[in-house]
Amino acid sequence: MDFIVSQILTGLSLSSILLLVALGLAVIYGVTGVINLAHGEFVMLGAYGAWLLQTQLGLGLIVSLIPIFLLVAALGWVIEVVVIRHLYDRPLDTILATWGLGVMIQQIVRLTAGGELRYVQMPPSLSGSVNILGATDSAYRLFVLGVALAMFCLIWVIYRYTSFGLKLRAITQNSGIASCFGINSALAYRVTFAFGAGVAGLAGALISPLKSVSPEMGTTYVVDAFMVVVLGGVQSLLGTLASSGLLGEISGVLAYYSNDTIAKALVLLAIVIIIRFRPQGLFAPRVRA
Amino acid sequence: MNKSRRTFLKLGAAAGAFTVTGFPHIWSKNSSFAYAQGGEIKVGVLFSLTGTTAIIEESLNKATIMAIEEINAAGGINGMKIVPVIEDPASDPATFAEKARKLVMSDKCVSVFGSYTSASRKAVLPVFEKQENLFWYPTLYEGRECSKNVIYTGAVPNQQQDDFVPWLVEKFGKRWYLIGSNYIYPKEENNYCKKLLEGLGAEVIAEEYVPLGHSEFSSVINKFRSEKPNVIFSTVVGDSVVALHRQYRAAGLDPATMPMASLTTSENEVAAMGGDAAAGHFTSAPYFMVFDSPENKKFVEAYKARWGGDKVTHFVSESSYFQIHLFAQAVAKLAPSDIGPLGIRDAVKGEEYKAPQGLVKVEPDNLHCWLRPKIGQCKADGQFEILQQSADWLEPNPYSAYPDQKCTSEGLKQI
Repeated sequence: MDFIVSQILTGLSLSSILLLVALGLAVIYGVTGVINLAHGEFVMLGAYGAWLLQTQLGLGLIVSLIPIFLLVAALGWVIEVVVIRHLYDRPLDTILATWGLGVMIQQIVRLTAGGELRYVQMPPSLSGSVNILGATDSAYRLFVLGVALAMFCLIWVIYRYTSFGLKLRAITQNSGIASCFGINSALAYRVTFAFGAGVAGLAGALISPLKSVSPEMGTTYVVDAFMVVVLGGVQSLLGTLASSGLLGEISGVLAYYSNDTIAKALVLLAIVIIIRFRPQGLFAPRVRA
Repeated sequence: MNKSRRTFLKLGAAAGAFTVTGFPHIWSKNSSFAYAQGGEIKVGVLFSLTGTTAIIEESLNKATIMAIEEINAAGGINGMKIVPVIEDPASDPATFAEKARKLVMSDKCVSVFGSYTSASRKAVLPVFEKQENLFWYPTLYEGRECSKNVIYTGAVPNQQQDDFVPWLVEKFGKRWYLIGSNYIYPKEENNYCKKLLEGLGAEVIAEEYVPLGHSEFSSVINKFRSEKPNVIFSTVVGDSVVALHRQYRAAGLDPATMPMASLTTSENEVAAMGGDAAAGHFTSAPYFMVFDSPENKKFVEAYKARWGGDKVTHFVSESSYFQIHLFAQAVAKLAPSDIGPLGIRDAVKGEEYKAPQGLVKVEPDNLHCWLRPKIGQCKADGQFEILQQSADWLEPNPYSAYPDQKCTSEGLKQI
């Protein structure tokens, strides 16, 4: 019994990190259609934000979360205004531009903060472990899971139950017609991009106590995030939730019975096969082309 | 008579190369080139100052430069100054080979000191073997190499494990979990470890490799929980080692009953993960920063004075430092006309030096070094406490996991 519980918890922990990292990307990609290859760098900036606030100002991780969200969102806003908005109709150019941005952000961090690996102290109140149905799990990992679900609910509520969300859905279905009805799609795009960047920053700050913080750390997360979003279905929030849950649990089980190297390979293979037969992803919403 | 005639010829050829300056050096082969000219000896320094391994290689570069400055400040080698030619191979094996070629062929360096990863060493090896030059490699590595053009001053598996593994078995128990990054170094270390464990009647309950750069260890830690090993033998490297230690601690596991034993976690890695995450775990190495010897006190003080008070020294920066002194001793034994890569290699065989870790010696057969392994336990302040040191220096055996092979001065022999 406790074995099954701890296996489920491990999977959930993997899922929560995937979900956090993918949410920002799902929001940006789903609404604006921008393939943001600098997404991993937003995650990295969040982690560096946590490190900076902790070492320079002595702030704990939990109180730093909101300033980090705001700072990275502000950066996202600026990037949208300066670069992204000129490229909305040119998807290939956005890939190149965001990739270039990512490289620049990485190098700027390396030059200012240095290339050393950094670490972020875990909040003392969450550094213990908790007993659930006979299985032990890190309190901090459960906290990350809670925040990931809360963020998902928040985005879901905004998307489904606010007038801004209604506008976003209209833009997603057909931005031309939406504009004809008086929706300011340029502003909606800007807000969405900034919000998505902020969520990525938040994800980076949350995972920083568990991982090492380095200028290159974003590269792995951008791959994970795309994996989740593509598998889940590009314009489906629920798909993002389901696919991160699925990927987390599957890689947890595979890694337990074999090892992480094989788990990673098998999961990627499975995704390739699924995409071959369901190119729209598992949970593609029915939209009229 | 014969010798002096050859010397004369060499000098003549060198002078020829020198006077006919307009000529390309096509006809002046390396063998007739005078390496010690105008009271200067040129050496190459090849550590990455940019790229992924720059953080650690920068400290090796610093220790190397410091040693060169020390020797020059004390009057040089028989009055000749060492002139370092510093190149940045940018953590890329192909660039390593290219820069090594430049240092050897166009800069005419008599030796090159450098590199950290096995991949970069393998990349430069053909350059030194083809050009009959000499490479000095300061890093601990997996062994299984027998080059006549490399002086290895870091530890090989038998030197780090011979004392360490039995000590851990006796202190903690016989159920071992081997975890490593998925490449050659951890596999070779584990090959030797398994051999030792077999001899001690201990059991390997799992041998697992994670991808390089892997940072999610929750499944691995789950297995630690359910398997309950006595010792976790970790050859995980790079940023993965930081993630492993931090997640181990977050999971609430206890180093007192299930310690991680490592061959690569030095003061440098501990600084990256935080002392709280490293405290209680064990490392075996020939050198720790806290080691109490007059030579080490001098080394640490000089290093901090030269590069900053917050800097740490570790077992690879220590060997980067003492190999320069071994080089200087070897050159000092030679007549100026005999100074050349192979002359230095032959002169350094059997050479001894009082390094910060204690007296070390170059083994004439395999060109590796006799070293003094120690066992350290990490403390929360980021330093180690030395619990045990080997009674005597330990012979290097790069083929310790392969008893039917032996590295001799004639090359690799099958026994």
